[in-house]
Amino acid sequence: MKKLLLGNEAVARGAYEAGATVATAYPGTPSTEVTEAAAKYDEIYCEWSPNEKVALEVAIGASFAGARALCSMKHVGLNVAADPLYTAAYTGVNGGLVILVADDPGMHSSQNEQDSRNHAYGAHVPLLEPSDSAESLAYTKLAFEISEKYDTPVIVRMTTRVAHSRSLVEIGQRVMPEKRTFNKDIEKYVMMPAMARKRRVNIELREKALREDADLLDINTMELKDLACGIICSDVVYRYVREALPDASVLKLGMVHPLPEKLIAEFAQKVKKLYVIEELDPFIETRVKAMGIKCIGKELFPAYGELSAGLIAEKLLGIPRKAVPEADLPQRPPVLCPGCPHRAVFRVLNKLKLNVMGDIGCYTLGALPPLSAMDACVCMGASIGMALGMEKADSTLASKTVAVIGDSTFIHSGITGLADIVYNKGQSTVLILDNSITGMTGHQHNPATGYTIKMEPTRAVDLEALARALGVEHVRVVDPFNMSELEKILREETARPDPSVIIARRPCALIDKRERKPIDFMPEKCKKCGLCFKLGCPAIENVDGVAVVNTELCNYCGLCSGVCKFGALGVE
Amino acid sequence: MKKIDILIVGVGGQGTLLSSRILGKLAMDAGLDVKLSEVHGMAQRGGSVVTHVRIGQNVQSPVIDMGKADMIIAFEELEALRWAHYLKDFGKIIVNLQQIKPMPVIMGACKYPQDILERLAKKYDVVAVDALALAKKAGSIKCVNTVLLGVAAKVLGMDKAAWLAAVKDTVPPKTAEVNISAFEVGYDFIK
Repeated sequence: MKKLLLGNEAVARGAYEAGATVATAYPGTPSTEVTEAAAKYDEIYCEWSPNEKVALEVAIGASFAGARALCSMKHVGLNVAADPLYTAAYTGVNGGLVILVADDPGMHSSQNEQDSRNHAYGAHVPLLEPSDSAESLAYTKLAFEISEKYDTPVIVRMTTRVAHSRSLVEIGQRVMPEKRTFNKDIEKYVMMPAMARKRRVNIELREKALREDADLLDINTMELKDLACGIICSDVVYRYVREALPDASVLKLGMVHPLPEKLIAEFAQKVKKLYVIEELDPFIETRVKAMGIKCIGKELFPAYGELSAGLIAEKLLGIPRKAVPEADLPQRPPVLCPGCPHRAVFRVLNKLKLNVMGDIGCYTLGALPPLSAMDACVCMGASIGMALGMEKADSTLASKTVAVIGDSTFIHSGITGLADIVYNKGQSTVLILDNSITGMTGHQHNPATGYTIKMEPTRAVDLEALARALGVEHVRVVDPFNMSELEKILREETARPDPSVIIARRPCALIDKRERKPIDFMPEKCKKCGLCFKLGCPAIENVDGVAVVNTELCNYCGLCSGVCKFGALGVE
Repeated sequence: MKKIDILIVGVGGQGTLLSSRILGKLAMDAGLDVKLSEVHGMAQRGGSVVTHVRIGQNVQSPVIDMGKADMIIAFEELEALRWAHYLKDFGKIIVNLQQIKPMPVIMGACKYPQDILERLAKKYDVVAVDALALAKKAGSIKCVNTVLLGVAAKVLGMDKAAWLAAVKDTVPPKTAEVNISAFEVGYDFIK
């Protein structure tokens, strides 16, 4: 039966068909739907883990116990999980262990654009790159086989255009692999120097075997057509190449690490002019050149952003892309939704002119005008460490700086930062924006929400108790829509020469099902003071200075009613 | 329908993804190859969003190149203009007559263009439709997407029954009836 699946859904289907019984992840665009899709199979234990490191550790444990396990993450998540990955490469596996990592060229929804293939090289683990959904399914199944055959974790690497494209997939049956059980074996599973040194040698042997076998692997294929021009490529770039140059000879690589060196040399000999076309880093190109083979790559194509069939046709065939976008159009940056609880927080932070160390989530949008109340954002959990660093570098900043972090991000990697503030005698104020969900990736549960990925009720982390247990004496909880109270608490806590945590708690507007009261908007009462525009609500439109509410967009949250002194936006 | 490339554009939250899935189902039912490329994540928070729909015998790239789309279905006027250069010369663009002001306009940093339809009409074949009003007429303002698909079906001159089946099979069962009537209203928009 054929189905139209997202690349991510196809990976989950591949894991299901391969008999996987464990799937773990921390949500992250563009990888989130893998585990959401896996959770629909009763036969697979699935979890949202607190972060990618824990997710991979759970998957490693499952593999040691004999299960086929899938662990999914976005590219930056693999940095968090790099620690277990680099050593799981030493232990190897028992049941197959597949790591799905989704890169985001062009940064549709990411803070950087790193190329995860470098991790495969660094960790010495094989890496496969599918080009569409059908291959996503097939390569995931193959990855489990390779993992068990060569005793290694295997990375399946996708990019946004594979992960978030739908294409046709032939659905197969679930076939359970031969049952494996855990056998104690400290030489294999306990990595301390004496054992690790032996396993290190093993890695070299394994990679050599994989490199040789790569030449015969049927996902590395030569498509010989016109021999004047040969192109080495992988992932969605293969699709762009085929679109732009249907008659060119192509060496399509399904496994990108280790590379099939004999096959590459053979292909290079057959074609007159050799190109390597790949998105992001010159990963294949550098290695092809190191083999002493002349090829053209990054001289023509950028090492950043996405490629396209049109760009390839332009560079190789000289067909210019003549389409020109309309000039001078207003940009449409993403905005906090109408009714978003974060809006009130950033309005108050802006008013108090604090230095705001920010974090990763919808609330990063608080950096943009008119809220303009975030001054730094680096990676998951960084807000808290950065706030401490600020006050340690310049003590005058101590009472002017706050860390702002979401509930899910705090669980992910903010807890250790808070321990640091307490332990090293900081006085930073940490604002936890608790909207009771992982918002930006599309509303996934987390350890603080009280539900599992399969919507079973479970224990929820008590954020107040956790902060107190870490040694924070001043823990305050406030509804951010009570802006005067939030302002008062922020003034008090930033002035205090001790660490404090403020939990701004109100559910995400998209999951808050509480009934809204109708609001009587009266634009005729508007005095054009402009205060409400500072909220940055997309439903409040500026019509020649008058605040006019777009009732199609309005969520009737009532935040603006409290801001307008003239009753133009209803009465609080 | 043998080969067609359609770009669906709008503002995050307008429900563009459902339309592309209906088109995907339509292609599958017709025994054709199809690829859809979607936007998830941050842009969905009120940003400019685009979905590529490519239908044909053997579709390679999931993404339509600039200047190559046969049709654009725009859920919002400014987004129609922003993405119009993806259309072929004289390609068809269906524009929902809805203006959602982006934040720079709300803040007064720039003006919302007032001549969008005129600018589009210079280069493209424009069909302007107040899909929100038609959706209300059909019974739910949430059905703007199926109204626009109804208009597209008529413009493309394709088998209506196949479209109705694709709509019915893709939308949540509870909303099938209202979506079907929204599609019909859209289909009848062009006489």
